[in-house]
Order: sequence, then structure tokens, then C-alpha cells
Amino acid sequence: MATMTQTASLEQLEARCKTIRRHIIEMISAAKSGHPGGSLSAVEILVSLYMGGHLHHDPSNPTWAHRDRFLLSKGHACPVLYSVLAECGYVPVDQLNTFRRLGSIYQGHPDRRFMPILDGSTGSLGQGLSLAIGMGLAARLDQSPSRAYVVLGDGEIQEGQIWEAAMFGGFHKVDNVVAIVDYNKIQLDGFVKDILDLKPLADKWRSFGWHVIDVDGHSLTALASAWDEAKATKGKPSVVIAQTIKGKGVSFMENNPKWHGTAPNADESALALKELA
Amino acid sequence: MPTATKYELKMGSATREAFGKALVAAGKADQNVVVCDADLSKSTFTALFAKEFPERFFTCGIAEANMVAIGAGLASSGKIAFVSSFSCFVMNKGFEQLRVTVAYPQVNNLKVVGTHSGISIGEDGPSQMSIEDLALATSLPGFAVMSPADEVSMYALVLASVSYPGPVFIRAGRSKTPVIYQADQKFEIGKSIELVAGGDLTIFAHGLLVAEAIRAAEALSSEGISARVIDMHTIKPIDREAIAKAAKETGALVVAEEHLVDGGLGVKIAQVVSETHPCLMEYVGIQNTYAESGTPEAVMDKYGLLARDVVAASRRALARKRA
Ligand SMILES: Cc1ncc(C[n+]2csc(CCOP(=O)(O)OP(=O)(O)O)c2C)c(N)n1
Ligand SMILES: [Mg+2]
Repeated sequence: MATMTQTASLEQLEARCKTIRRHIIEMISAAKSGHPGGSLSAVEILVSLYMGGHLHHDPSNPTWAHRDRFLLSKGHACPVLYSVLAECGYVPVDQLNTFRRLGSIYQGHPDRRFMPILDGSTGSLGQGLSLAIGMGLAARLDQSPSRAYVVLGDGEIQEGQIWEAAMFGGFHKVDNVVAIVDYNKIQLDGFVKDILDLKPLADKWRSFGWHVIDVDGHSLTALASAWDEAKATKGKPSVVIAQTIKGKGVSFMENNPKWHGTAPNADESALALKELA
Repeated sequence: MPTATKYELKMGSATREAFGKALVAAGKADQNVVVCDADLSKSTFTALFAKEFPERFFTCGIAEANMVAIGAGLASSGKIAFVSSFSCFVMNKGFEQLRVTVAYPQVNNLKVVGTHSGISIGEDGPSQMSIEDLALATSLPGFAVMSPADEVSMYALVLASVSYPGPVFIRAGRSKTPVIYQADQKFEIGKSIELVAGGDLTIFAHGLLVAEAIRAAEALSSEGISARVIDMHTIKPIDREAIAKAAKETGALVVAEEHLVDGGLGVKIAQVVSETHPCLMEYVGIQNTYAESGTPEAVMDKYGLLARDVVAASRRALARKRA
């Protein structure tokens, strides 16, 4: 069965994170467009799930019925997803640099028509939590051990549908769903606190019937225990509030709204890759 | 012979930028003008208004449905409210609110501007490509619906919409757009503009396809074909007179648009034609599919929205006319 890198050491996973970050910079810089900030902030989350043995999946059997489902609801961050899927062996690493080109499987936002192994096509924010809960309900009906993980942006959860889904998930006790908020404090136009603040975020989720786990979203050990805690939580869905830094790993991109949707030019890309060497 | 060559089609700014500039002018002229944004103010250029009039600018966050109804509340209370986002998000996510809090109760002072329309946004791909916004907007009773072709017409039509006695949807694009009009050109909502005279067939277009239609007419004129080109900057209320006249005088119509053919300008023109002077028609538009990522040029090429495609449709129309 399923989980390929269950035994990966912390050092190995950290090295993987660096590799993923390099792919992200290279892809976006080759495409001359894309979203580095929110891709970089979610690296540890995806690496921990896919490569740390927490998400049950099998690259040699991508359509395995009992696999855990994964949705990148903040679809603009797809460079992190594509890089992780490529490093897991689902899709070719050597084509990552075709990102955003006509005909590429690496579309500008995750697109199941081009990459059928994806559990959803995303890009319009606000819909992934509902989808994940639907998948969790189906697994419950089928008595499948499959769980559904969904990564949400902090700006994204301003969408009303997120809170409709949250109310539903709490009410129907869909405890095989894990929502992850990539709480990097920045959205497209600037800082979340200046646009439409979310505070008190943990209390909001709690009042909707969710088990809240607040963690350092760049700590692989903290994330590992968060997934375990979520698995052990019965009768409620769990939300992992991952405290992250937008642009994490590239000093000049960190915590700077400019890098939400700007591609690094050749010089900036070289500088970033040097930091990630 | 057509004199299509009077158009230099020099590259101008994007229509979304002209929208932002017009908003500032509107805000200066009337302090009742207010603007709501859904975390895209830099992309839609409403940031220009925000800088000038911060107290009349409301950040709604990524919550388009709420933004529309907030705007409807403002517009129901004496304000002239502009709500703006990418066209796909404001129209698709805000549609029920546009229907029930704007169109149905006749909230005339709500003005919607959707930017990044069509597939020419390129790399972001289908989730951000608005190809059904005109179908949705024109289905709302009482709405005026516009798709200006260049910065000049966009600027003028945004200002015209401020005093227009009804709710409005204006479609803007992401990419820079060739300039078609002189600065002093007059625009009237609902009144199309003949850009090229011609008698063999008529090409109707809106938005980015207007420049392609002009280029197509130039190419056709070198083959001795005289194509009339009409800018249908207003899709609704539709200019019935110009359509009936073109059908009667040229007997063959081509409609070119960066939108699904289903529910686009073409089917609306067909309706008018069928009610006035039935004649043959050909359609250039997106055929029952979603597009994909790529450079704007590559995407427009693959999905058949270039002058070349308008020329081919024109030849088909003429062949049918002469058959
Ligand atoms: C419904 C919808 N509205 C607007 C957008 C445009 N958009 C893309 S990313 C983004 C900001 C997202 O911010 P956040 O969720 O915080 O993502 P992150 O910081 O992780 O990149 C916006 C407004 C969109 N994709 N979908
Ligand atoms: Mg964010």
C-alpha cells in the first residue's frame, strides 16, 4: 500500500522543500507570469502531506479509490502542487517549465482536462471547501477510510461560500475533512488586515463546530502532529490554521504583497535560486 | 471601394485602464459616485479612484456576491455605485444578486464593470476567462450592456453610464488595445458606429474583435470585396436600425466576438434579422468549449479569434450569398 515516503527523515523533507521552492521560481520565471508568494508559503504544507507519509496516495495507482483527496482551493498557487506531484512521480519534472504555455499539462490554474489525476479544477476562489466536504461525505457513505484535505488562502476565506461550507461541515460532523488555511496575512491587493480582516479567526471556525489546530506552517514537525491530531479528532471536521509567510524562502519576496502575482525576471530569479541553493 | 486604411490601429492602453481613469473623472464630477472592489483594485484600475477618493471606496474582500448587493444597497440610497472585479467573478458569483437586488427592483444606479473579459487574458486560463458574461448580463431585464473596443470608447461610455437611467454592465479587457477612435468621437449608449463603409457584406463586432474586423475588411478589400464594419459597443439595447439596414443593403452578415457564440452578440443580431430582413449569417466566436492557458496571441489564434478568422467567415458568407 500507499504511502511512498513514510520513512523520509526531517532532513530529507527539508531538502525536498528546497527543491520544490526552486521549481516554483523556475516555472514562474520561465512562464513570465504566475503567483510565487502563495506558492512558496504552502511548500511545507504540501511536502508534509504528500511526502511525509500523511496523505494516503500511491503514484503508481493515481485513481486508487481509497486514496485521500487533495484540493488546492487557492488554485493560483498551482506551481507548488505541480512541483510536488512531479517530485512524487505523477507528472514529468522535465516539463515543469512549460507552465502556462499552450497545450501544457501545467495550466495556469489546476485543470483536470489536462491533468486527470487532479481531484478538482480550481482557480475561482471560495469553492474548494464545499467540494472537499462533498468528497468526505461520499467516503463516509462508502465506508472508505479516504480523507479529504483542502488548502485555502486567507484572502480566499472572505468568500461567503466558505462559511456556508464551514457551517455544513460542522453540522454534519464531517470528521474526515481537514481544511488548511494558509494564513500568510496577504492577499492580492495588500494585507488581509487592511482589506477585510479575519480576526478572530480560530474563534470563527470553533463557533462553526470545527476543531482548530493553530500551527507554524513552516515547521514540518508541527505540521506532522497537526495531521495526527486531526486524524484523532472524531465527530468534528478539523481546520489547521497554518501561520505562514508569503514568499517564504526568498528573502526579497517574504511578506511583500508585490510578489503575490508577479514573476521574477532573470536577475531576480537567479538571486532567488542562489538563496535556495 | 472601402477606405479601411484610415485606421492606423496604433496600440493604446487597455480598456480597463481607461475605465479607471473615467471613474476618477466621474468621481470628480459627482460626489455621489462610490466604488466597491473585491481585492482586484490594482488589476481593475479602481485603485486610481481609491487614491483620489478613499472615503468613497469600499474594499469588500474576495466576496463578489456580497459586493454586488452592498453596491445595490448604496445605489438604492442615492449613490451611483460602481462594482468591479474580473468579469467572470462579478458576473458568475454576483449573478443572483444582480438579478434580485438590482434588475428586479430596478436599482438604476448600480453599474457593473467586469475586467479581464474573454480569453485574451491568456496565461491564467479558463477559471479566470469570462466567455459568458454578455449572455448573463443581457438576460437581466433593464440592463444596458456594453463592450467597448478601445480606450476612447471605454472612457466615454463609462461616463455615459453614470447618467444612464438604468443598471449597466460594461465589459473591459486586460490587454492593451489598438486605438480606433479620435478623441472627439461622440458615443451614445445603444447607437452603433459604422467604421468602414461597404456593400458586399457587413461585419459586426465588439471589444477586441473590432480591430480584427477592421483588419479583415482591409484584407477583403484587396480581394475586391467591400465589407462594412460596425462597432456594436452596446449589445443591449441593441441597435435594431443598423442591423436591419445592414441586412437589407448587404444581405450577408458576419458577427465576430470574444465570447461564446451561445448567448453572444451573434444570436441577438440573428433575432433582429429574423424579425426584420432575414438574411444569411456567419459567426466568429468561442464554440461550446472552454479555452486554455497560453500567451494571449496563442490563445486567440487557437480559438479562432483573429482577423484571419473573420476573413474566412466573410468568404463563407459571400459564397453562400452568391450561391
Ligand atoms: C472568486 C475569485 N475572486 C478573485 C480572484 C482573483 N484572485 C486570485 S488570487 C487572489 C488573492 C488570494 O489571496 P489569498 O487567498 O490570501 O491567497 P495567497 O495569499 O495564498 O496567495 C485573488 C483576489 C479569484 N481567483 N477568484
Ligand atoms: Mg494570503
